[in-house]
Amino acid sequence: MIDRKQVLHVARLARLELTDEEVERMSGELTTILDHVERMDELDLDGVEPTSHVVALENVLRADEPRPSWPREQVLEPAPDPAEGAFRVPSPQA
Amino acid sequence: MPDGYESVIGLEIHVQLSTRTKMFCGCELSFGEEPNTHTCPVCLAHPGVLPTINEQAVRYGLQIALALGCEPAARSIFHRKNYFYPDLPKGYQISQYDIPLASGGRLGEVRIHRVHLEEDAAKLIHLGESGRIHGSAASLVDFNRGGTPLVEIVTEPDLRGPAEAREWAQLLRTTIKQLAVSDVNMEEGSLRCDANVSLRRAGAAELGTKTELKNMNSFRFLERGIAAELERQGALLTAGGQVEQETFHFDPRTGALTPLRSKEYAHDYRYFPEPDLVPLAPTQEMLSAAREALPELPAERRDRYEAELGLPEVTARQLAFDAELGAYFERALDASRRGAAAKGSAGDGAEPKVIANWVTGELVGRLREAGDGEVDPASSKVSPEALAALAGMVESKQVTTGAARQVLATLVAEGGDPAEIVEREGLTQMSDAGELEAIAERAIEAEPGAAEKVRAGNPKAIGPIVGAVMRETKGRADGGEVTRLIMEKLGLS
Amino acid sequence: MSADLLGLSVAEALRRIEAGGLAADEYFDAYAKRAAADELGAYLWRAEPGQAGAADGELRGVPIAVKDIFCTEGIETTAASRVLEGYRPPYTATAVRRLADAGARLLGKTNMDEFAMGSSNENSGYGPVLNPWDRERVPGGSSGGSAAAVAGRAAPWAIGTDTGGSIRQPASFCGIVGLKPTYGAVSRYGMIAFASSLDQCGPLTRDVGDAALLLRVIQGRDACDSTAIGIEGGVALPSRERLEGLRFGVPRELSADAEGIEAGVSEVFQRTLGVIRELGGEVDECELPHAAHGLSAYYVLAPAEASANLARYDGVRFGPRADSDGDLISMYERTREAGFGAEVKRRIMLGTYALSSGYYEAYYGRAQRVRTKIAGDFQAAFERFDYLVTPTSPTVAFRLGERTANPLAMYMSDFCTVPMSLAGIPAISIPAGLAEPDGGGSELPVGFQIAAPAFGESGLLDAAHALERAIGFDTRPPAMGPQG
Ligand SMILES: [Mg+2]
Ligand SMILES: [Zn+2]
Repeated sequence: MIDRKQVLHVARLARLELTDEEVERMSGELTTILDHVERMDELDLDGVEPTSHVVALENVLRADEPRPSWPREQVLEPAPDPAEGAFRVPSPQA
Repeated sequence: MPDGYESVIGLEIHVQLSTRTKMFCGCELSFGEEPNTHTCPVCLAHPGVLPTINEQAVRYGLQIALALGCEPAARSIFHRKNYFYPDLPKGYQISQYDIPLASGGRLGEVRIHRVHLEEDAAKLIHLGESGRIHGSAASLVDFNRGGTPLVEIVTEPDLRGPAEAREWAQLLRTTIKQLAVSDVNMEEGSLRCDANVSLRRAGAAELGTKTELKNMNSFRFLERGIAAELERQGALLTAGGQVEQETFHFDPRTGALTPLRSKEYAHDYRYFPEPDLVPLAPTQEMLSAAREALPELPAERRDRYEAELGLPEVTARQLAFDAELGAYFERALDASRRGAAAKGSAGDGAEPKVIANWVTGELVGRLREAGDGEVDPASSKVSPEALAALAGMVESKQVTTGAARQVLATLVAEGGDPAEIVEREGLTQMSDAGELEAIAERAIEAEPGAAEKVRAGNPKAIGPIVGAVMRETKGRADGGEVTRLIMEKLGLS
Repeated sequence: MSADLLGLSVAEALRRIEAGGLAADEYFDAYAKRAAADELGAYLWRAEPGQAGAADGELRGVPIAVKDIFCTEGIETTAASRVLEGYRPPYTATAVRRLADAGARLLGKTNMDEFAMGSSNENSGYGPVLNPWDRERVPGGSSGGSAAAVAGRAAPWAIGTDTGGSIRQPASFCGIVGLKPTYGAVSRYGMIAFASSLDQCGPLTRDVGDAALLLRVIQGRDACDSTAIGIEGGVALPSRERLEGLRFGVPRELSADAEGIEAGVSEVFQRTLGVIRELGGEVDECELPHAAHGLSAYYVLAPAEASANLARYDGVRFGPRADSDGDLISMYERTREAGFGAEVKRRIMLGTYALSSGYYEAYYGRAQRVRTKIAGDFQAAFERFDYLVTPTSPTVAFRLGERTANPLAMYMSDFCTVPMSLAGIPAISIPAGLAEPDGGGSELPVGFQIAAPAFGESGLLDAAHALERAIGFDTRPPAMGPQG
């Protein structure tokens, strides 16, 4: 059961401002989905290695050779609030 | 620190690697360029981009790991460390977590817990009041630094005091400097040192609650920050209080530690394996290449200075554990040998011990007077060749020690060739015995009281007479020779 | 004339262009005009007709539709999300670039479920896509726009992406061919990430031959994607007519024992097994003991990866930013609240929760181990069989709105496709026949899924080609009028 408090905690971690209605709905939906997911608990997985990758590759490395960076005008073109050649944001210290 | 307690200090060091490109993209590293001129879709985390691992960063990481005596992991992987911050474009930092590049080493008396690779964050410039948007303060993000390759080194909590921590951090810096894989400059941020500090009852096995200190951007501040925090914790414990787990920010201007705003929401980094990258499994070739690239490390250098150059332990250590001093000494030594060889003289030039003393004693002393704190003789006007030549002139009695000090003062002030300075200022050691004898006689006549005392059995009273000779000869006479001559004239030898 | 052109396979069109009987520009324009009249909501951006272009390279200027999840330099790319509204990428995805290098011309960017999260295309931030077989029904998802465009003759072929079934399931719903290649066959560079360890780009085409032609161009090693190694030896064009000597395994867990398989789907599936036997193939039952848990593992792993992949949509460097009180956290939270749709938020929440402190082992760790088990199941099965076959989807296309209120029911749509994604192996869906949905209604396409061992695409396409010939499915939706 994912209660309202947990939903709010996770929403804050994920930086989502949910409406009250969304919080309510999310609590129910996540609970249903996780109930299904928890069917994995039936399996005996002791000693089974986790798979994070299906490709059997190692040491894929890039040579340390510079490639041209991007012109600053282009970098800032899609920025919602460009200022002084940089990206302006509300101060994290505010 | 309250009685019965001991301090327990561990360090977390971030080293910016001096590769050409960033950790995960081909952008060149930047050094104070205009903001956002060293970026690309990858390091700006545009949709759809993927990271690729910089081969050189891996090589440098392995060199650091081996230099610190760590065991490289047979297979290490990258993780995503998730948190939101404007200097972190992807919303996660690619770092290493449960299987770091290497672990379990030692440098000096301190055990190394782990060494791992990661990427640096971008730079946030706080605009404060001037840059208010919507009535609140704003910041600017410059992504030039974002993605710079970092090696993070975590020690075990083996340090026991602020001075020890500083000294060890300097040794670490020298070690990495020697590897030539980083500028390791604390002021510029290519070496960053955080400290975990706690107090525990002496002899207790378990650790006390620790606090984390950040942003101490010089060795002095590192020492000062740790000392201040130990004092704070000590006072707290003495008063019957408890240390809270907290993070402090050191303000270099005030020397104050300010707690970072208590986190409304505790960090939950939600680490998980980075699916965009494949594991690092250093091959035998990679490992031997890294091993072969290792230069002489500080401890080895100290041992060599003692065993082969006959330097006293203190001097050997001072030179070997200070990257700049050691490098300068090596160059001076080299110049001295080359100079001697060029002249076809049988010896090796000035004795290494003499050069070492001139470097660690006179030169460092003068530079310290002239500047403040950390001394890099390489950036002074005294070239290692000049210092070697000067030491050689002292040793071959071309100049007296006193005259050499005057020459050094001139070198520090304006640089130049010591032989020319000696010539110009007429500081060549007096070799005309007759002339010196006459001066000694005049000095005895001028100081009858002192002469009387010396004759009466007080040899220390000779000072004013020697002084008079030295004044007269402007330091060109050898002090020992002058003393011997005066005693002879007084009929005491 | 135009209707005739739209009925050609790309291979046939290329033959005519090469022989001089068809002008590349004429072929492109026929599609550009048809796409301009798109009544299915399949496109988010379309090229203008009348743009002459080069007709050289292997693909001689033929048009191609590209899912809007692929970055195209200077052309708006949103992954159907409002959070990327107006975003024009500064670079082009490797797969799209390879197509362009081979001479294909971009016809349009196709609609999709937002960030590829969905099985019905109803999660697009820019409106749903309709199924050309029945416009009251969904085309499947997340590559719904690509599937509908190809099935509806608004594109000769398309590329899409498949994370847990997002190419195969919409191909199945729209009566066309959809191939999810082996993980690592095609570069992911420039493909907006949903779940990085599962995402793979692949073709949606009207026949198996075109799928092979397309895969041949897009696959390959890429220095920009550490996981892309390409298919060794390339991809052969299929030519097989019989299936003698090939062994087809039927995993019980994903067929007979699977929950919620519609009667009509089951019937078409059984009939297709009969066709395999008629072609000389051996068919036998087999087991994938952990496959039924695939969906559980998938709905932990994919949302977890997505929760990190979508953290970059924060209103700092690109995309719209919501008004805030001048406070950083509220800027983030409102930008993301306004930019993401309900399903995307749900998955971000699910993934964040599954990775959060104290839950990692119970969810993420277990799911990774289930993944290991499933990959092992396939490996064991491929010791006995050359290919494994299942229905692509338990159902035919469902009605718009039918499952939107029930996320879990929607997720069940991926039941048969997710295990192959977790194992990273290639799987193709070919149309095998028509069936009524449970509860009645007009007949709709049913897909037949064939899976092969990793990098076994050439053989897989060959087998699918033989089967396709024998089935003789008419890919033309009834609303489009009779074939030809
Ligand atoms: Mg770090
Ligand atoms: Zn870059």
